[in-house]
Amino acid sequence: MATVDLPGRPAPARNVPARASVRLQSLGLFFLLLGGSLVWISGHVPVEDVTLVFGLGDLAPRIPVDPPNAVLTIALLYFVAGGVALAHRWTGRYATVALVGAAVLAVPLILILSVALGNVTQTNLLPLLTEALRLSTPIALGALAGLWCERAGVVNIGIEGMMLASAGIGFTFYALVAGAAGGPWLIVAVLVSIGVGGLLGLLHAVLCVTYRTDQIISGVAINLLAIGITSFLRRQVLLPLGVGTGVTLSAIKIPFLSSLPVVGQTLFVGKPIFFTMFVVVLLSRVVLFRTTWGLRVRSVGEKPHAAETLGVNVVRIRYQSVVLGGLIAGLAGAWFTLETVGSFEDLMTNGTGFIALAALIFGKWRPWPAFGGALLFGFSAALGSRIQLLGVEVSGFPVPSQFLQALPYVVTVVVLAGAIGRAIPPAADGVPYEPSR
Amino acid sequence: MTDMNEIAPSNHARPRAAVLELEGITKRFPGVTANADVDLTLHEGEILCLLGENGAGKSTLMNVVFGLYRPDEGVVRVRGEAVSFGSSADAIRHGIGMVHQHFQLVPVMTVAENVVLGKEERRGPFLDIEAARRNVRRLSQKYGLDVDPDAVVGELSVGAQQRVELVKALYRDAEILILDEPTAVLTPQEVVEFFGVVRSLVDSGKSVIFITHKLREVLAVADTVVIMRSGRVVSSTVVEGATEQGLAREMVGRDVGFEIEKAPVSPGAAVLEVEDLHVADDRGHLTVAGFDLVVRAGEIVGIAGVEGNGQRELVEALAGMRTPQSGTVRICGTETTHSSPRDVENLGVGHVPEDRGKHGLVGVYSITDNLVLNRYHSRRFSRRWLMNRAVMRKHAQRLVAEFDIRTPSTEVDAATLSGGNQQKIVMARELSGDIRLLLVAQPTRGLDVGSIEFIHRQIVDRRDAGVAVLLVSAELDEVLTLSDRVGVLYRGTLAAVMDRGDADRDTVGLLMAGGATG
Repeated sequence: MATVDLPGRPAPARNVPARASVRLQSLGLFFLLLGGSLVWISGHVPVEDVTLVFGLGDLAPRIPVDPPNAVLTIALLYFVAGGVALAHRWTGRYATVALVGAAVLAVPLILILSVALGNVTQTNLLPLLTEALRLSTPIALGALAGLWCERAGVVNIGIEGMMLASAGIGFTFYALVAGAAGGPWLIVAVLVSIGVGGLLGLLHAVLCVTYRTDQIISGVAINLLAIGITSFLRRQVLLPLGVGTGVTLSAIKIPFLSSLPVVGQTLFVGKPIFFTMFVVVLLSRVVLFRTTWGLRVRSVGEKPHAAETLGVNVVRIRYQSVVLGGLIAGLAGAWFTLETVGSFEDLMTNGTGFIALAALIFGKWRPWPAFGGALLFGFSAALGSRIQLLGVEVSGFPVPSQFLQALPYVVTVVVLAGAIGRAIPPAADGVPYEPSR
Repeated sequence: MTDMNEIAPSNHARPRAAVLELEGITKRFPGVTANADVDLTLHEGEILCLLGENGAGKSTLMNVVFGLYRPDEGVVRVRGEAVSFGSSADAIRHGIGMVHQHFQLVPVMTVAENVVLGKEERRGPFLDIEAARRNVRRLSQKYGLDVDPDAVVGELSVGAQQRVELVKALYRDAEILILDEPTAVLTPQEVVEFFGVVRSLVDSGKSVIFITHKLREVLAVADTVVIMRSGRVVSSTVVEGATEQGLAREMVGRDVGFEIEKAPVSPGAAVLEVEDLHVADDRGHLTVAGFDLVVRAGEIVGIAGVEGNGQRELVEALAGMRTPQSGTVRICGTETTHSSPRDVENLGVGHVPEDRGKHGLVGVYSITDNLVLNRYHSRRFSRRWLMNRAVMRKHAQRLVAEFDIRTPSTEVDAATLSGGNQQKIVMARELSGDIRLLLVAQPTRGLDVGSIEFIHRQIVDRRDAGVAVLLVSAELDEVLTLSDRVGVLYRGTLAAVMDRGDADRDTVGLLMAGGATG
């Protein structure tokens, strides 16, 4: 039926753009098909009960699961989610909620399947969770480093290099002054790492803000610089010193919470940078959205000339933000050498800085969602090593752990692309700023 | 339609002090002197119109006043005190506020956030957004500027964004308001409303500098008018007794014809035939619903109408850029309902799109490249996959001369030129060559008098040469000046088509607003 829609006339109650509608419907179809194949799978999994344990001690809840029925239940939920998505015209935003819920269900599904098909009958979930949180620390910190730069309009693909350099230089300092043997020098070394990150942030700011270099090129230069400096230091300083594995930051217990039964010992005992990460996420969120400086940072990343006409010093704000990002990247670097491994290897950040940028985009340049993205990547890594231990077999053939490890990513990417839509970066992200004269 | 002249100019009775004085301001950019020895005085409670063509140096001068540019020579005095602004923050501190032609708003932020940015109130370490909301509400009530503090700016209409800009300036206690081409983006109704706001600001003691190149507006609101041409002030007078003709002569530097000479109309064969056309917009709503029209060779059919009544979708469908839902389009007897833009082009159709920046030009291409965008692949410019740059350049040089495109060379990026010259590039490309149908949408939007006159002449010349012309414009004056027949587009259909002789402003205006046909 032909209707003419004009300004001034009230818009239709729910105005879903055509493309989003297609997205939601194909996702709905995807989950219906997935549910269908799960019904088939449920008839083929071993019927032997598996037990999911949560926490330590006698109080820890133990959940016995009957794999065929569990898989069937999840299949049913997928049917519901698929239906809700297909009928998005009537279900509205519940369609998105249902799809995100369906994506989360992939985690128990993979766990149950892995245990049922593996060579053990029970698995403990709590260590899996804490391991995921631990592994997501440098990713989350890296994402926040990127967040501060990009919110101010400076793309920073040099986070990887900032992390690597601060990991390497911080540890070299530690090895030189204290033989990597712990003590207060360890704390100083962490501060050195943070400082190195800040200095590289300053370098990035000088290149990108003052000299208006292409921001990608500056970032690549920082990455290459970091690789060069750290491998030089390792060969010329660390190896001759003969320092073995050093003492790392010791675990701290959160008072009271750590003595909680079942979860206390695993969730509330951890190392300092790990806990600091939560503080940094929280502070980033508060500073960015609740303070005047945060407002100015956001305006500078969105429309620097508007900020300029209001007397905001764009150059200064960009410098501050990029250096702050560098400091956070430096803390992430310290996590590798000074909190986790206790030694330095060439290229030991292993792409974490780039994964952090992916987490940042996943979280649409917002602190908590970016942390969520980091958690997803961390969880995937933790799940991968767990599945490796379980030794999953399907009718006698071992399933490569990478295959199951990839599943959370696949589901997430599908849901992200379909339900949540495009991630839109700050408008002036990557655009050099030319002040008026 | 409301007449802008109904708003009476304020009285000149009370004695007024000078609030802003410029003396001998000179501002040079590499290669150009944008302002040369400019003097200007603004009195308290006065509306001063700064009139001039695009590129006359109006915006540069105001950017100097607002502290965005530093003058090379000259003095700025605010209330008698000589000032030197290092940044706009200094200008703001001296009570100067500016509403830029291109709004300086952050689209993803709320109105309240935009208003307080740079001058925020705090509560402890935090931004006091509650105070910001209160301030926006207070100012919007005081000056009758209707804005919702919690609305996201990017979702507001252009008129509402402009109100946000005014609130922003008032929040900073601006006493001197500089409005840079504030009406360029407004509909005629919004313009009338806006003039009311400006009046109320002046009545509460503010002084206003109003930059424009629309003569009607000068006569409607200004107390004084300062005319600039090529960076210099050529005239500075009270507005009483001024005429459009006189102002235009000062502004352009010669006499300007408002009427355009046309040969008597002698329509030939039907060139464009549209039957029961239905076209949907990007969101899938039908904005053209049952459109019928025939355009014959040698006539100009003008389509008037308030914007958003399907103009864009109609023209895009005719040009092959948008596939209609149903109906037929025939050009010179060939059905083109589902043709590609190139197929339409090959039938001899010139298309001047409404958004020249988006669909008319590639800003980062040179003038030469832009002039062959529709024919670079033809035998004339290319052999197989190799383009013949020498021929292209010669072609460009000829058209630059013919269409009076003011540019240092044919190899500069199109985006570096003024709007008028950019539009001339589009016209040169689409009008040269052997065309039989010309589709023109909003051809003079944002252009100065000189360019408008030139572009109108070009369109009429094509019509006199036997080209069928479909003109779509939101400027009623333009439609009435050029057309042989006038149609009114209302909610996607033609409300009426009449001969120019039967179309007077009132009838057409009524139809545009949805009134019944006589």
